[in-house]
Amino acid sequence: MEQTRRSFLKTAVAASAATSMGMLVPAEAQAKAKALEAGWKWDKSVCRFCGVGCGIMMATKKGRVVAVKGDPESPVNRGINCIKGYFNAKIMYGEDRLTRPLLRKKDGKYDKQGKFTPVSWEEAFDVMAAKFKEAYEESGPSSVSIFGSGQYTIDEGYAAAKFMKAGVRSNNLDPNARHCMASAVAGFIQTFGIDEPPGCYDDIEVTDAVVSWGANMAECHPILWSRVTDRKLTHKKTKVINLTTFGNRSGDLADLEIVFKPQTDLAIMNFIAKHMIEKDAVNHDFVKKHCIFATGPTDIGYGLPADHPREQGQTMRNKAGAHWAISFEEFKQKLEPYTVEYVSELSGVPKEELLELADLYADPERKVVSFWTMGFNQHSRGTWVNEQIYMIHLLAGKISTPGAGAFSLTGQPSACGTAREVGTFAHRLPSDMVVFNPGHRAKSEKLWKLPAGTLNPKVGTHAVAMMRALRAGTVRFFWAMVTNPFQDFANASEWIRAAREGDNFIVVSDCYPTVSAKVADLILPTAMIYEKWGAYGNAERRTQHWRQQVKAPGEAEGDLWQILEFAKRFKLKEVWGEQPIPGLKADGFEDGKLPDVLAGAKAMGYDPEQTLYEVLFATDEMKKVAWPDPIAEGHPNDMAEHFGFFVHKALWEEYRQFGLGNGHDLADFDTYHRVRGLRWPVVNGRETQWRFKEGYDPYVKPGEGFNFYGKALKKIPQGSLKGEKIDLAGKAKIFFRPYAEPAESPDAEYDLWLCTGRVLEHWHSGSMTKRVEELNRAVPYAVCFMHAEDAKERGVARNEEVILESRRGKVKVRVETQGRNRPPRGLVFVPWFDENVLINKLTLDATCPISKETDYKKCAARVRKI
Amino acid sequence: MSDSGFSRREFLAGAFRGRNLALAGTGGAVWAQLVEGQRGPILRRRPPGARAEPEFLATCTKCGQCVEACPYDTLELATAGQESLGTPSFEPRKIPCHMCPDVPCVAACPSGSLVPDTAIEDARMGLAVLSDQETCLAFQGLRCEVCYRACPLIGQAIQLEFRPQERTGKHAFFLPVVNSNACTGCGMCEHSCVLEEAAIKVLPRDLAQGKLGSNYRFGWEEEPTISRDFGPSDAVQPEAWQDNTSKVLDALDELEETTTP
Repeated sequence: MEQTRRSFLKTAVAASAATSMGMLVPAEAQAKAKALEAGWKWDKSVCRFCGVGCGIMMATKKGRVVAVKGDPESPVNRGINCIKGYFNAKIMYGEDRLTRPLLRKKDGKYDKQGKFTPVSWEEAFDVMAAKFKEAYEESGPSSVSIFGSGQYTIDEGYAAAKFMKAGVRSNNLDPNARHCMASAVAGFIQTFGIDEPPGCYDDIEVTDAVVSWGANMAECHPILWSRVTDRKLTHKKTKVINLTTFGNRSGDLADLEIVFKPQTDLAIMNFIAKHMIEKDAVNHDFVKKHCIFATGPTDIGYGLPADHPREQGQTMRNKAGAHWAISFEEFKQKLEPYTVEYVSELSGVPKEELLELADLYADPERKVVSFWTMGFNQHSRGTWVNEQIYMIHLLAGKISTPGAGAFSLTGQPSACGTAREVGTFAHRLPSDMVVFNPGHRAKSEKLWKLPAGTLNPKVGTHAVAMMRALRAGTVRFFWAMVTNPFQDFANASEWIRAAREGDNFIVVSDCYPTVSAKVADLILPTAMIYEKWGAYGNAERRTQHWRQQVKAPGEAEGDLWQILEFAKRFKLKEVWGEQPIPGLKADGFEDGKLPDVLAGAKAMGYDPEQTLYEVLFATDEMKKVAWPDPIAEGHPNDMAEHFGFFVHKALWEEYRQFGLGNGHDLADFDTYHRVRGLRWPVVNGRETQWRFKEGYDPYVKPGEGFNFYGKALKKIPQGSLKGEKIDLAGKAKIFFRPYAEPAESPDAEYDLWLCTGRVLEHWHSGSMTKRVEELNRAVPYAVCFMHAEDAKERGVARNEEVILESRRGKVKVRVETQGRNRPPRGLVFVPWFDENVLINKLTLDATCPISKETDYKKCAARVRKI
Repeated sequence: MSDSGFSRREFLAGAFRGRNLALAGTGGAVWAQLVEGQRGPILRRRPPGARAEPEFLATCTKCGQCVEACPYDTLELATAGQESLGTPSFEPRKIPCHMCPDVPCVAACPSGSLVPDTAIEDARMGLAVLSDQETCLAFQGLRCEVCYRACPLIGQAIQLEFRPQERTGKHAFFLPVVNSNACTGCGMCEHSCVLEEAAIKVLPRDLAQGKLGSNYRFGWEEEPTISRDFGPSDAVQPEAWQDNTSKVLDALDELEETTTP
């Protein structure tokens, strides 16, 4: 069907294109356009921005990107883009692009209170290595950290993980994806035993209903929303429901927009499950064969420091992720309180709307896809609410099949491909492996050719813990790459103060002078996406590679170059001797210590005088991967020229060994340069659209129907945490999770909910899009969206500048009572792209205790008239 | 209405008729030139609450108090070399009207040229016109609609119309449509358009709008009522009727030649 439709369309397009060209464009204009494009070279690439992963074509001339177009052959976007994608060609050319390393200096020397002064890379690395070693030699691997990104290219993230975990034996590497996807990851791992969505975007074209939860796809996943819109227009049965805490643009298309009180999504989910059971809409055959029921402890806290009042009495803070199997009867009983009356009262959603929503999931004749992003993930019960959506889909058996599924959208372009898959989290190793599993460490040590005992079994500091450690002085070296943490972290003032006033050294690699650069001690000018080779993995498991198009300006260098050059500064003898790891307790390890592995290293042929660069990145095998390579087709590769081998390809081929036969199979490097991305697992040259489903997933055997083969957390106790362990191989878990109060709610003093998020025109902290003149003109500053009556009550008018403040900080912001977002009474929404309205000074650093992801959607604030 | 204004409008109307094809062919270029050449009084976007142009010109004392009152520096007085020297107007592409709820410019006007107490939603400074579909990114299928989201009366003054996109087979068009009943002409859309030359522009209402003939009504916009009070008295000759036999005969005479075998 797909084939015939596509070939029909091709013909139709060719015909209409010819007509329109002939009819409308005068020959002279055509010639003019041709002349303008003389010498342009086009190559395929991928959009820099969100997790949708649109393909683009990029034109270069004389070392400059001159134009971009949507890639008509990309299955994701077929030639169209959103307005950020449209400006990909302009993001690199802001006039304040960083082009030289800048170090804070006074009297010719590094000084934390000094002024930013241009220095050579040599001097930058000298100071950086000295500061790193100062902390490392005093306090060991736990005192240094890298804060990475879901916008790292895959090779950059992989190199960062290898440098930190295998090289300096620290697990203090965590990505900004912690703020974005960690709850989704925890939900996947606990439910399926393996990360990332079962389905793919192709679900949209065959579904009968789209339910969007805590997402504003119309603005934040624009091209996917375009596909949802097409489905709604061309398939009359399609229903669209938008669940949100404030009216937004996704409501335009929806048949029903349900605005619920913050945090009550937990209760709405349970009502739906209860309703399905009562209506006998459970797919008993599917559930019996492929699922078991489970639950976990409830008093798990809010991820705040232990002495915070909110954490008192939360007895299971340290066992938040533990869970046990229960019976269907017990599951049913736990759902009992969630009647339509109770949930309607709690959520503020009329009963009819709740019933309409539940009936949609319950209808056996209707395929449903649920989408969600930050409303779920940035939630003090983010893991729970992710698990609850699987609860509904698994009960109905509406999962892993074309048109029916629960799909976690990602925010960042490579939150999946890099942050999650290569193991840039504090607990992860490549390919879903974890540092505390001895088998996983052994496999990684083998593939990385490390002596046994090199890898550190103690989970490192996750993002929020990293900032708290910076404040406490236990982390003293902090390197941020491809991210803007001092604008992005909740409770931002606290961390800015810690960075500026503490005894520490802050390095920021970036392309523009951001808030974080300003907070840093050393700024490293960094090459941007099209100035280097790379790859991203989008939300539907699609891995997409690109070639370097142009050279980076001035002395800017790629993140990979920076990591490898920095690795040259470390000798094995400095890092592979015995190391203190406070709190380490693991089988085969002396408490609080990593063993000296230099003897083992010698036995493997290593010399203690060798550098980490030589041992980790420029091994004999890697150096065999030669540059130049015909796959480049004439494109430059500054890094390969510099290091003397095809470093990106060498890293890729090593990295993919982790996933082969492990459910994470990736194709070889060259293949990706010939296709428009492939969705893993890629087995025998074929990508996988629907995982866990016979006929689509090569890991599912004939006759099985479904197989939830993820290996993690498949042996759990029965009945209670102390019960006998049972093996659930091949099964998915249906979790019961209760409603829990938010970490902070409005009260008499701070009487409004504050929710933060994005707008279509700007990307994240605005460091790139604010430098595109047109996008900046379109949305020049962040405003505080609020209900007109709320504004009136406080005596403020539309456009009026007010103080918006919480217990943690305040900003000046203009009030908007109209426009794209329509909050209900009692809630305000402020986008976070604007560094001049640094809204994260107000947000609360409470996290989901399981995923450690911050809840950016709920805290208490107030508006004060100036 | 000043004489010069009238003749220019006549000229413009003629130009449009004559250049339809060229306009369609070269998209924004011709339009841009036209607009560039016409930034005189015809395309002048007046402050909120401005009376109809002739009345406005007759009453405005050119005191500049509305300009002073504008907190966004939106309003400017026409300078030497421009027509209607000293009268206030604004260029949305430079600074649009921010639609202050208290409308300080109107409050400041001592002459009543800006109708006192005009509510900002009732202002009609002009009308946004999506003047070039050929460059408008939304009409190419891109997810732009920046103008729509920039509109202070989003969903009312600019709405989106969804249409399936046959070329890709799986995406949709999100087309901005201006609603003249709600558009105040504030120009936030024109200002925010990301193109080099905006594809949506605020024009004076009389220039922008068509006028439907009185002989037709859109049947779907009104209740399909049937008049029950139709009686013989309605079937008489209208009073104003005059004998036109001579005209009929003249017309017949003119056909003499044609009908000669």
